[in-house]
Amino acid sequence: MEVAAGGGCGTGPPLLLSDSEQQCYSELFARCAGAASGGPGPGPPEGTRVAPGTATAAAGPVADLFRASQLPPETLHQITELCGAKRVGYFGPTQFYVALKLIAAAQSGLPVRTESIKCELPLPRFGMSKSDGEIRFGNPAELHGKKVQIPYLPTEKNSHKRMDDEDKQESQSPTMSPLASPPSSPPHYQRVSLSHGYSKLRSSTEQMHPAPYETRQPIGQPEGSSSEGPGAKPLRRQASLIRSFSVERELQDNNSNYPDEPWRITEEQREYYVNQFRSLQPDPSSFISGSVAKNFFTKSKLSIPELSYIWELSDADCDGALTLPEFCAAFHLIVARKNGYPLPEGLPPTLQPEYLQAAFPKSKWECAIFDSYSESMPANQQPCDLNRMEKTSAKDMADFPVPTQDVTTGDDKQALKSTVNEPLPKDVAEDTATSKDCYSLKARPRSRSYSSTSIEETMKRGEDPPTPPPRPQKTHSRASSLDLNKVFQPSVPAANSGLLHAPPALPPRPCPTQSEPVSEADLHPQLNRAPSQAAESSPAKKDAIHAQPPSKPIRRKFRSENQTTENQEPAAAVGGAASAAMVKPHPTVQKQSSKQKKAIQTAIRKNKEANAVLARLNSELQQQLKEVHQERIALENQLEQLRPVTVL
Amino acid sequence: MAVCIAVIAKENYPLYIRSTPTENELKFHYMVHTSLDVVDEKISAMGKALVDQRELYLGLLYPTEDYKVYGYVTNSKVKFVMVVDSSNTALRDNEIRSMFRKLHNSYTDVMCNPFYNPGDRIQSRAFENMVTSMMIQVC
Repeated sequence: MEVAAGGGCGTGPPLLLSDSEQQCYSELFARCAGAASGGPGPGPPEGTRVAPGTATAAAGPVADLFRASQLPPETLHQITELCGAKRVGYFGPTQFYVALKLIAAAQSGLPVRTESIKCELPLPRFGMSKSDGEIRFGNPAELHGKKVQIPYLPTEKNSHKRMDDEDKQESQSPTMSPLASPPSSPPHYQRVSLSHGYSKLRSSTEQMHPAPYETRQPIGQPEGSSSEGPGAKPLRRQASLIRSFSVERELQDNNSNYPDEPWRITEEQREYYVNQFRSLQPDPSSFISGSVAKNFFTKSKLSIPELSYIWELSDADCDGALTLPEFCAAFHLIVARKNGYPLPEGLPPTLQPEYLQAAFPKSKWECAIFDSYSESMPANQQPCDLNRMEKTSAKDMADFPVPTQDVTTGDDKQALKSTVNEPLPKDVAEDTATSKDCYSLKARPRSRSYSSTSIEETMKRGEDPPTPPPRPQKTHSRASSLDLNKVFQPSVPAANSGLLHAPPALPPRPCPTQSEPVSEADLHPQLNRAPSQAAESSPAKKDAIHAQPPSKPIRRKFRSENQTTENQEPAAAVGGAASAAMVKPHPTVQKQSSKQKKAIQTAIRKNKEANAVLARLNSELQQQLKEVHQERIALENQLEQLRPVTVL
Repeated sequence: MAVCIAVIAKENYPLYIRSTPTENELKFHYMVHTSLDVVDEKISAMGKALVDQRELYLGLLYPTEDYKVYGYVTNSKVKFVMVVDSSNTALRDNEIRSMFRKLHNSYTDVMCNPFYNPGDRIQSRAFENMVTSMMIQVC
């Protein structure tokens, strides 16, 4: 369908538009007009005069559109003049179409003349920002139906940064063919966007391969979700990403995993994520709480719904906290999102926590991260470009928490810069060995401490209690004798070393042995004699082991409590013999072994005492049981007698 | 299979409401709104002393000619209301209970997300998928 639009403005040249151009232009016009005023200009002008009252594209969106074409301002001025808008003062459909045609011409490198629009031209390319989401530009013939996602651009304050990035990108993309309009994207141009990268690559790789796009399609089909990426970073990353993909395509016609490639975490990324995790939570085996993670991820400047969705994907167990593999998965998703990949419907298999833990076992993380890194670098030939790309992306991520330094100087940003950026350049830019080593060093004792706390504690416990508790308990249960305490304290340190194993078993026993004889003295004095004697002798002996002089007061004490004088002499004799016998080993070097033996013997004795005591108890209880039985029988008899006898 | 599922916040505004698109959605919204009165009645009938022992599943709130409405309240006074087609007689009470339990679990997962502010509309994809699985499959 051809449109002669010349009649509208009167002096404009006749405009011949192909179908695709027609579609494209009318769409653009509708958008520009619709965005501003109420009535878009529907359909092509049929060569009729365009009255000033009919649809016009407002200057604002039109200017935006033109700027988005990345043409130099002088060119744009020329175009606007030529198309007649300046003259008539507004952008009617004809002016707009002419302008678009001129833009296409300019982008193709033709001079901006009215003659140039007469020839067949490709569609003008725009990287445009639109507040209502995305604009799809299609040139089916050229672009294989690729759709361009146009992200929502942040403010223009980023211009400076973007300019640098733009330069960098151009320097980095030697593979771009000259047809990709580098002259039309001068650094001082302000609005740069993701689609620019797309368009560049598209035009360049048209000659090379359509294949790279096939790889992008399963992964990177731009969706309708509005993404808020700062323009510069995704652009640079995007270009390097795309380049690396295209290079890969050329290198190898690839294998099964390529749909997962953007979701694969490389070693370097892994290191970075682990370091970030550590900055939030020093213990790599523990988890980050939801609020901490929320604050951290909010700094990525993604929208809240997106972050919410990323959280949903990565928090596999839905516990409101992120373990290290979950955190790595979430971080990776954020990185991917900022690079322009749409979020997957489900967590990719390479990001599952089990996979991550299996692929990157803890030992690697904690100990030899640097070693593994150096190993993996030469090992991975295939994703070498990917690694390079990932490195750049990792470096980009070094700035991740502060994506647009120029833009906002909020306090939190500054704080973040100071806290995060210090370790970051250290980790990424410098030699990572030092930081890794110190981390690993810290990590190792940490891990050790986790596993061995119980052992250490039991060791400590084993050492402290041995001697003091039994004896003081003994004394307290019998009587409050301060002599014994004073007496035993000097002996305790001496006896500490040799009594590791025996003492923990001791404490409970002295109590029953002491209390029982006292309580049962009333019941079974005869039975008490022998066992209590044994009880006395053993504690006496035991006490005598540790100090000779205290044996005498002890013996005296026991005797007084038991009120059995006949025990005195045997106990005294035993104690004396024991003490005499024990004196000799004391000064000798074999003190400890003898003490150990005595400890064992006393333990044996105590066990025997305990057995005896329990036997006594048993017999008493049996007796009581018998008595109770008899009572019961008596009562039953009475009951039977009282009951009316009717048993038939 | 439910015809309409709604999640109502404590202050009686909807956090999430979804119904099968073929029907007039407004009708379902009204039904859910009126069912809130019945829910409140049931809650108050249990008495304040029994808050801990109060069962979460409220059962059939009220039947209409075409539909039955079931209710469920969580301990934080978030209400789930489900509208079921009356002609679907195969649905047992246990099935309704299990559906509410699934809803409750999904709701808990949504709450666990730190990016979700309580009181916002629920936009979780996992939640939506779960609800879709419970709604009548209309082809």
